[in-house]
Amino acid sequence: MLRRRLNRLFAGDEKRVDSRTIHVGHQTCPATDAFIQPKFCDNRIVSSKYTVWNFLPKNLFEQFRRIANFYFLIIFLVQVIVDTPTSPVTSGLPLFFVITVTAIKQGYEDWLRHKADNEVNKYPVIVLEEGQCTHKESEKIKVGDIVEVVEDETFPCDLILLRSSRDDDTCFVTTASLDGESNHKTHYTVPDIEKDLESLNATIECEQPQPDLYKFVGRMHIYRDGQETVVRSLGPENLLLKGATLKNTKKIQGVAVYTGMETKMALNYQGKSQKRSAVEKSINAFLIVYLCLLVSKALVCTTLKYVWQSHPGQDEPWYNQKTQKERDTIQYLKMFTDFLSFMVLFNFIIPVSMYVTVEMQKFLGSFFISWDKDFFDPEIQEGALVNTSDLNEELGQVEYVFTDKTGTLTQNNMEFRECCIDGFQYTYQECQSEVDGYSVTDGPISKLQQKAGREKEDLFLRALCLCHTVQVKEVWQRYGGWDQLDGDAYGAAEQSSFIASSPDEVALVKGAMKYGFTFLGSDCKSMKIMNRDKDIEEYELLHVLNFDPVRRRMSVIVKSKSGEMLLFCKGADLSIFPRVNQEEVDRIRMHVERNATDGYRTLCVAYKQLSVEEYERVDAGLREARLALQDREEKLMVVYNQVENGMTLIGATAVEDRLQEQAAETMEALQGAGMKVWVLTGDKMETAKSTCYACRLFQRGTELLELTVRTLEVGGRQREERLYELLLEYHRKAVQDTPPVKTVVTRSWSSTVQEYGFIVDGATLSLVLNTSRYKSLFLQICQNCTSVLCCRMAPLQKAQIVKMVKCSKGSPITLSVGDGANDVSMILEAHVGIGIKGKEGRQAVRNSDYAIPKLKHLKKLLLAHGHLYYVRIAHLVQYFFYKNLCFILPQFLYQFFCGYSQQPLYDAAYLTMYNICFTSMPILAYSLLEQHICMELLLDNATLYREIAKNAMLRWGPFLYWTMLGVFQGLLFFFGTYYLFSNPALQDTGQVFGNWTFGTIVFTVLVFTVTLKLAMDTRHWTWINHFVVWGSLVFYVFFSFFWGGVIWPFLPQQRMYFVFSSMLSSVSAWLVIVMLIVLSLLPDVLLVVLRTPRGPHPRQKKLSYSSAGGSQSPRSSASPLLMRTFSDEPNPVL
Amino acid sequence: MMKKKEETANRPDNTAFTQQRLPAWQPMLSAGIVIPGFVLIGMAFIGIGVALFITSRNIQVLERDYTGDESNSPCNTCTHSSPDCNCVLNFTLSKLFEGPVFFYYGLSNYYQNYRRYGVSRDDSQLSGDVAYFKNPDSNCAPYRVDSKSVPIVPCGSIANSMFNDTFRLYHIVNGKEMEVPFDGKGIAWWTDYNVKFRNPSLVNGTLKAAFDGTVKPINWPKPAYELDPTDSSNNGFLNQDFLVWMRAAALPDFRKLYRRITQGDYAAGLPAGNYSLKITYNYPVLSFGGRKKIVLSNVSWMGGKNQFLGIAYLVIGSLCIVMSMVMLIVYAKFKFPDDGS
Repeated sequence: MLRRRLNRLFAGDEKRVDSRTIHVGHQTCPATDAFIQPKFCDNRIVSSKYTVWNFLPKNLFEQFRRIANFYFLIIFLVQVIVDTPTSPVTSGLPLFFVITVTAIKQGYEDWLRHKADNEVNKYPVIVLEEGQCTHKESEKIKVGDIVEVVEDETFPCDLILLRSSRDDDTCFVTTASLDGESNHKTHYTVPDIEKDLESLNATIECEQPQPDLYKFVGRMHIYRDGQETVVRSLGPENLLLKGATLKNTKKIQGVAVYTGMETKMALNYQGKSQKRSAVEKSINAFLIVYLCLLVSKALVCTTLKYVWQSHPGQDEPWYNQKTQKERDTIQYLKMFTDFLSFMVLFNFIIPVSMYVTVEMQKFLGSFFISWDKDFFDPEIQEGALVNTSDLNEELGQVEYVFTDKTGTLTQNNMEFRECCIDGFQYTYQECQSEVDGYSVTDGPISKLQQKAGREKEDLFLRALCLCHTVQVKEVWQRYGGWDQLDGDAYGAAEQSSFIASSPDEVALVKGAMKYGFTFLGSDCKSMKIMNRDKDIEEYELLHVLNFDPVRRRMSVIVKSKSGEMLLFCKGADLSIFPRVNQEEVDRIRMHVERNATDGYRTLCVAYKQLSVEEYERVDAGLREARLALQDREEKLMVVYNQVENGMTLIGATAVEDRLQEQAAETMEALQGAGMKVWVLTGDKMETAKSTCYACRLFQRGTELLELTVRTLEVGGRQREERLYELLLEYHRKAVQDTPPVKTVVTRSWSSTVQEYGFIVDGATLSLVLNTSRYKSLFLQICQNCTSVLCCRMAPLQKAQIVKMVKCSKGSPITLSVGDGANDVSMILEAHVGIGIKGKEGRQAVRNSDYAIPKLKHLKKLLLAHGHLYYVRIAHLVQYFFYKNLCFILPQFLYQFFCGYSQQPLYDAAYLTMYNICFTSMPILAYSLLEQHICMELLLDNATLYREIAKNAMLRWGPFLYWTMLGVFQGLLFFFGTYYLFSNPALQDTGQVFGNWTFGTIVFTVLVFTVTLKLAMDTRHWTWINHFVVWGSLVFYVFFSFFWGGVIWPFLPQQRMYFVFSSMLSSVSAWLVIVMLIVLSLLPDVLLVVLRTPRGPHPRQKKLSYSSAGGSQSPRSSASPLLMRTFSDEPNPVL
Repeated sequence: MMKKKEETANRPDNTAFTQQRLPAWQPMLSAGIVIPGFVLIGMAFIGIGVALFITSRNIQVLERDYTGDESNSPCNTCTHSSPDCNCVLNFTLSKLFEGPVFFYYGLSNYYQNYRRYGVSRDDSQLSGDVAYFKNPDSNCAPYRVDSKSVPIVPCGSIANSMFNDTFRLYHIVNGKEMEVPFDGKGIAWWTDYNVKFRNPSLVNGTLKAAFDGTVKPINWPKPAYELDPTDSSNNGFLNQDFLVWMRAAALPDFRKLYRRITQGDYAAGLPAGNYSLKITYNYPVLSFGGRKKIVLSNVSWMGGKNQFLGIAYLVIGSLCIVMSMVMLIVYAKFKFPDDGS
């Protein structure tokens, strides 16, 4: 403990410094003789929360921090301290049960974590000490140790790669356990250091630990005797992360820079922020109502008690005298303890078991999602993944769906479609028999059947090959790399061997291959390509100007054999066009725009020849920027922007991204279910728009309201003015002129109502979001449009949009679905985040609440699972409050007839077991198995989803209904029995019944009514339901016999002895029980039956929906012809 | 098949349970079921109701208040006088009161269900456990020990406040009083008498010795072992009156069974004529505004007279019938959806 605290202390000290200095191999350095080696934390990973010693106190403390548990603890303590009507056991036992179960579960989980920690911490590693290899346990590694790792082992801490067994000073790692990306990534040794690590005398200066996996900035100072200190810059490409695995490399040696809890993996291992569902908010609201009810009941009883006692002779009749101590107690203290006693007596109105049942329902219920075989995708061999079970019911409440385009609506399975070289269009066709494999079809209007010059073609393809080559093998996002089998084999012919996390790149290199330019591979500094004449060309790779989403382009600088320095650049049209000579732009822009309208992803390719002086200047700039410890990125950006200028545009590429399976159907279903679908994409407007059309989010009749940079610049006036003007105009169109019928199910022939689609781009959006005046206008417009397309969005803007909608009026439930790292922010922001197990790594999946393999699964997840979960939990919550209300109400009423003496109506065993045993299982089974409408119907009729929209079953209306029902039944139970007991001689022997028989009759009626009420609500009776419902009733009867059949030695009073049996021997008791049960259930039956005549029978209604499904769905383009003529008819008349 | 299974190791189990496709019965409440159901329930309820109502009507009841707070009441004198005051209540039966007749006493505004009162007893004592004779349960306070700290047996408020008025019924035949024999057996629950309550085992052959070292409840005139000196099986904790009293009533107005009339000439009932009830008036109720009464009643299969149950059944039964009629009319107008579609 002490050591850990010390560590923390030092860590605290350390934080004040921006960087840490590490002595490689703990060698003293000439420059910093006086430097005291700072303390870093050891290499132990501690993911466990408890130790054997602190488990009990810590766990108890954490559990009682929950309001509900704390409340029950208070009740329990009151029972222990104050003289209360019920023994502490009645509330202590359930609480103990809940606490124990939770503690066991958490203890077990922690034990598993301990085991996992130990496995990691005790793992043997090899550390080089004074030239010797010593074996150590992983937890003993200190910062500065030189660690050796062999193939297929995971790195024990974050290492700077010093030496690799490979000749080219690289090593391959896979980070599958960190971010789920299973491809091999290349990492580099620090260049130009001694081969003999023993003689290496160096310090590393690097930033303090931070969780970003892809960021690392550091500097290495190498001291050599008699020489000037050499400085090397360190980047993420030199850093090997703990948790990653070494692949395809025999062994490496590296120096530990971050250890234990300071490694990037440990820093990333932090629980996500808890999302709370809307249902939980409803529960809390109801809870407050019931708490008020509880307090007011206790207050009423306390007041009446003292009013009643003030009558002469009532306070202390001769037959019931008080003890001296009671007489001496101060009046106010007595009042207070009376109040507490009443609280204790009525506290069952808020049951402990509800929390347990809700938790169990959520936990067990979520299995049905991961078990669903419809979510299983044979391609990736995986099904759905549930990361949190807290939000199951939220899936049934979604109002806004935010979806990413690439990889979500589309497959992210890129295929090279077209290219355009120097204004001539080239479309590749498989069936073409031409030798070189490409042909020219409908070229630009004026130059039909013409080709660009051969030179231009070669240049373009070379650019494609080289630019791409760099990406696959090396540094573009450091993704991609050769599959290990083909790594050295130059397996260029095998197209499948290209592995890159960004599929565009593979598509481009394959595209170039089709045209005869094959990329053969690269080693560290040179790249080989095979040109159309089967000659191998070799280029020296000088610099890579990385891709980033802000610049949206990347470049390489290469030196050809002939000594030419060339810069190839490719990127989004808008980021390239301003940087090239303007005369080429117009010819190519037309192509780019046409391709974009066709739904293709376009990239423009440009090049530039660099003179030697020019190159040297660039080279110096880049080197300087790369060595900077601070603001490295900004400095690099400046240099990049200087270099990538004045280029020559040589062509453009078009890559097709196909729609996901059933994307259109899914979107249609979601819209039919009343959800508004927003597409948020970083892609170009034209591309995104065509995807929207393809997904039927926009339709032919949809009027598009465009709010983009283009429309803003039309008038040539101030952007702001124009923006406001447009917003007002759209607002008038979409909000004011539209009758407010949006919530009503659109009828089949009301398609005369104009539908609007809204398009906005990132630049305009930031303008809008900055001004609150625009924001509300914008939001209103958006809310009245059937779908909204936001293009050119930065990841953060996506989250902003989600947040804006989330916080708008009525706080609608939002859902984000995405597959890539750029969607993480919006997945985290939305109420429910869905990750698609797509091709862009696992970041989205890791941060999501639910992950599904394909977009099409969203339909079933929401319409079937979400709907059912919502209905189940809503019913569960309402039912729980109801059953406890009619449980406690008779007890409350009884106070009026027992001198407000807190006399419990029911026996302690009944009080305790009511919620635990007698009535808990049927509702749990119901809340797991109920399908009030079968899944097929739910899937076929998206409109059914609207019936539960806006938390329909947990609003105050239904809550009031359930409460009234509870009150009605509670009154009935009590007064029915009360009037029966006007003559307590209920047996044919003339003997009389006492108070416990009274309570038992009420309780029997209660248990049966409450269970049968649930039985009546159950629409889906599986054998489990039958078993549990009838089982609990039988159990109640058996338990009562048993409980009353034995003299229990541990009980101070045998009040229940033979009470139940003698009750059953009375015909009157039977009759009153039957009567009260029937009478309690009658109103419910009536309500069910009387509700139906208004429309067709619910099920028939749903069936008729499905038969006319197409017409019911308001957005169906495939509506039958007859329907269309119907819908058109009114127009000529008007 | 096997090979396919291996291929898809991750595939979720395709069982009815995991796929939420368990075979299920899906009942639907429709008018076709509910209307006939209502008619049936209504008929059954009316049938039961009629039976209950008639049965209840046929039960004869005679109630007489003898609290004595009114000046013309025969027991008026006893309200202020010393214990064992006697008063006589006369009544006339115009026709045969069919037997077996049950004799109840009733108290009102008497809170036997008061919580402190209800727990003020020691069931271990009452089951004859001598260990608790020395140290009665703390719940018995203030009737746990007397002023000299001698334990009270049976302790507690309930035992202490045991009803101690006694009644004798005389049939006046030709001016002569003939005592109607009371049967004091079988007025308490069988299980109370035979299982739950036990006398302590005899010491030296007497019950009295077993109670050594204890003192009688403060309000009792005589100790527990002298409750019925005539019948040893009705003595001590097994005294039937004691057992009846110890079963706390549910409501503040209650009656308790005192005696049955099952013997001799009166086994078939009380013949018409004049009767006089001699009451030993001991039990004070006026201090807390309570009332005392005696009830003579015969019982049926449903117990004592209670019109509530019969009426309730009749009302609910007719309600069901009316409802089914209303529904029928509503559905006739809207057509049965089952046929309509």
